[in-house]
Amino acid sequence: MSNHSILPQRAPLLSTPAWSAFFAALLVVCALVPVLHLVMPPDSPLHMSEYMVALVGKIMCYAIVALAMDLIWGYTGILSLGHGLYFALGGYVMGMYLMRQIGRDGNYKSDLPDFMVFLDWKELPWHWSLSSSFTATLFLVVLVPGIVAFVFGYFAFRSRIKGVYFSIITQAMTFAAMLLFFRNETGFGGNNGFTDFKRILDMPLATRNMRMTLFVITGCTLLLFFLLSRWMVASKFGRVLQAIRDAETRVMFSGYKPLPYKLSIWVISAVMCGIAGALYVPQVGIINPSEMSTAASIEMAVWAAVGGRATLVGPIIGAFVVNGAKSWLTVTAPEYWLYFLGALFIVVTLFLPDGIVGLWKRLRGRGGRGPKAAAQQSAALEEGQAPTGAVAPATGGAQ
Amino acid sequence: MFRFLLPLATAVTLLCGTAAQALTADAARAMAAGDTDDRIAALQKATATPDAATAAFVQAMADDAVKITPATVLVMKDDKGFDASTGAETPVPDDAEDIVNNNRMRGAFEGTLASLKLLSPERSERAAAIEALREETDTGRLPIIDRALAAETDDGLKTRLQSIRSRILLSSQDATQRSAAAAELGNSASPATRTLLIEQLKQETDPAAKAAMQKALAAVEGRLVWGERLAALFSGISLGSILLLVALGLAITYGLMGVINMAHGELMMIGAYATYVVQGLFQKYLPGAFDFYLVAAVPVAFMASALVGAGLERSVIRFLYGRPLETLLATWGISLMLQQLVRSVFGAQNVGVENPAWMSGGLQLMDNLALPWNRVIIVAFAFAVLGAMAWLIGRTRLGLFVRGVTQNRPIASCMGVNTARIDTYAFALGSGIAGLAGCALSQVGNVGPDLGQGYIVDAFMVVVLGGVGQLAGTVYAALGLGVLNKLLEGWTGAVLAKIAVLVIIIVFIQKRPQGIFAMKGRSAEA
Repeated sequence: MSNHSILPQRAPLLSTPAWSAFFAALLVVCALVPVLHLVMPPDSPLHMSEYMVALVGKIMCYAIVALAMDLIWGYTGILSLGHGLYFALGGYVMGMYLMRQIGRDGNYKSDLPDFMVFLDWKELPWHWSLSSSFTATLFLVVLVPGIVAFVFGYFAFRSRIKGVYFSIITQAMTFAAMLLFFRNETGFGGNNGFTDFKRILDMPLATRNMRMTLFVITGCTLLLFFLLSRWMVASKFGRVLQAIRDAETRVMFSGYKPLPYKLSIWVISAVMCGIAGALYVPQVGIINPSEMSTAASIEMAVWAAVGGRATLVGPIIGAFVVNGAKSWLTVTAPEYWLYFLGALFIVVTLFLPDGIVGLWKRLRGRGGRGPKAAAQQSAALEEGQAPTGAVAPATGGAQ
Repeated sequence: MFRFLLPLATAVTLLCGTAAQALTADAARAMAAGDTDDRIAALQKATATPDAATAAFVQAMADDAVKITPATVLVMKDDKGFDASTGAETPVPDDAEDIVNNNRMRGAFEGTLASLKLLSPERSERAAAIEALREETDTGRLPIIDRALAAETDDGLKTRLQSIRSRILLSSQDATQRSAAAAELGNSASPATRTLLIEQLKQETDPAAKAAMQKALAAVEGRLVWGERLAALFSGISLGSILLLVALGLAITYGLMGVINMAHGELMMIGAYATYVVQGLFQKYLPGAFDFYLVAAVPVAFMASALVGAGLERSVIRFLYGRPLETLLATWGISLMLQQLVRSVFGAQNVGVENPAWMSGGLQLMDNLALPWNRVIIVAFAFAVLGAMAWLIGRTRLGLFVRGVTQNRPIASCMGVNTARIDTYAFALGSGIAGLAGCALSQVGNVGPDLGQGYIVDAFMVVVLGGVGQLAGTVYAALGLGVLNKLLEGWTGAVLAKIAVLVIIIVFIQKRPQGIFAMKGRSAEA
């Protein structure tokens, strides 16, 4: 990416072919898919089925999450095992709004959501008070994950918790939140979460036009976030992040305070996940605490790893490949899905440190172990020393 | 019920000798037919002065072996009828009907038979009868209890009878008797007494009796509170010892070697399934020695997990040393595959692992403090494993090599230590201990493909909290977390306690990122 001059020129946001690809993707999302889905007759081979629209829409939400993971892990070297929490928080905020939109059409014909009637609650708990307003919901989708991430990140980064320690703490945090959301008395629908949504902005959800609208919004959000991420990592801010990833101590000795950088990217990444969750819920039609399970969060990391860390395009590709394989395999051969996923984790970490994108570059013969790969490796070495200092990478089986 | 009744007939027969004719035809009829209230009254009247014939008749009624005709009451034996009062064989007329016993009547029979057994010459039978009557509150039993008290020679049984008597008296009509009974009950330390006192207090009207009951209640509660505290402490230690077992393996693989092994839980699962397989083999080939299957399962579980662990180390983990985040993801992948493997082989359902006979039951220390044997044994087992591990790491040549390699790999290598092999051994050892934890867990929880998932977060918390590379820290963290969790549980409920503990750990690590026991010296900041 950069050459070895002291003050490198700022790289263009995207190269010309990349801009072409970007606009092609925009065209596909905003024009081609709507035409294929809405205009093509259902019996035409070019028709895109509702199932496909829903699936691709869902995967695009995951791709936003993968992009967020890439910013925090690929570019800053912080592996979060708790991004499922932010995804779920955004989803729950949207879910609360959608629950209120059901109105009196629930099974119990009450103003309250069904599960509250079932629990014999008489009025809405305090944290539901803003849920009737769509505008407030839009703000909360950003604010709730943002504030939670800020508080958690501030304390964690201030104490200079790094590497695996940080990963394990994020995991514990998400696990605790999952237990909390499983409870009935916290007012989030317990085990079942929220489902049976009927409408959004007083318009019915289960129509082809609404589905298409949500699809286009999700696709545009994804592309927008891609541009934003691209802009961030190319900026000075992004370069400091990568410097933190590669040698945090050296960054500090150069006069930079890592805390604000790490905290900013952490919060941005959490907010992206929250927005992805909010887009996910109306399309998939359910949100429950299992989104916060350990497994779900770790899977997010593998999307980024499969596609290729620190590439931005990679995680999006990774999200599509892994989730595409998931929806195909869980239908055709459910018992092999976990073998496949497990093997994917191992193969990617052992043989494809730069993911699919790295593989493709190597196949095209221009990648090899370029400066970036070397930088990543040195980052890995540094990480290895940070938490325990137990295994110095040297002789024996290491490396 | 029959098991309970059979020795009774002999007992009462012995007691009352040949005085068999005391049951009159009228009394028999009154007990066998009519309104339930009247029958119970008749039953109490007849058994206030017990004799063998009455006892046998009550038993026959409880066994549904009594028929009734307008003229006689018949006890049926081998399809022949015997007159209830005379005992003479009588032909059974066609219009004879079975007597009808509702549940209340059956309860009355059982209570009566138990109280009759109070007079048995066998101490063990009397003790069993007292045990059966310990929750009794029916005033109708008073005469026979008084009789039994007079005849009782064993001091221990006498005290227990006395307390049963007080319980019954507590519901008597006479207020002074109620006060006296309450004062007596104040010496008890059983949760049932507390419930009884609280219930009686609600309906008590006499002020003196009420005061006596309140005093007694306070005394009982004061005694109970210790039992409850100790019970909470023990369940905390029990949970802590399980956490300790789970975390000990991690203390080696993560604490010493720095390998984030997310498949640790699955290695435990393998240990638990190994126990299940050994149990199956014993059931099939050595049913006589079934009680000892667990002893055989311990080394099998260790070996099974250790072998899998060694295989993992050789094939995957050794390529990832020094890259903890990659190790984390790769071992997570391994854990998914192992789970699915177990699902394919053993099915997705939980499998049943039985406790051997010597592990069921418990140690009753107080009325409200019972220590189940399986828990006690697991606590002991956890400390035995801890001791063995401390010895292995601290005193043996292998342990020396492991410590040397973790402290300074290049120098250890220069000294001629085969570091790659030591890595494999150490990882296999940690995995084997996970297998032991799985073997222990199979005795207290469900054995299924998800077994490991539930513990992995906790286990990492213990190791991180205790301080990496620290065995002592692991021990304190495990026991501390276990006790803290159980204490909070009594206060907030299980799930909130768990959340609180996780939050406490997260906050604690902010303050002390190196855990309770930070490593000192050069290795601390490396």
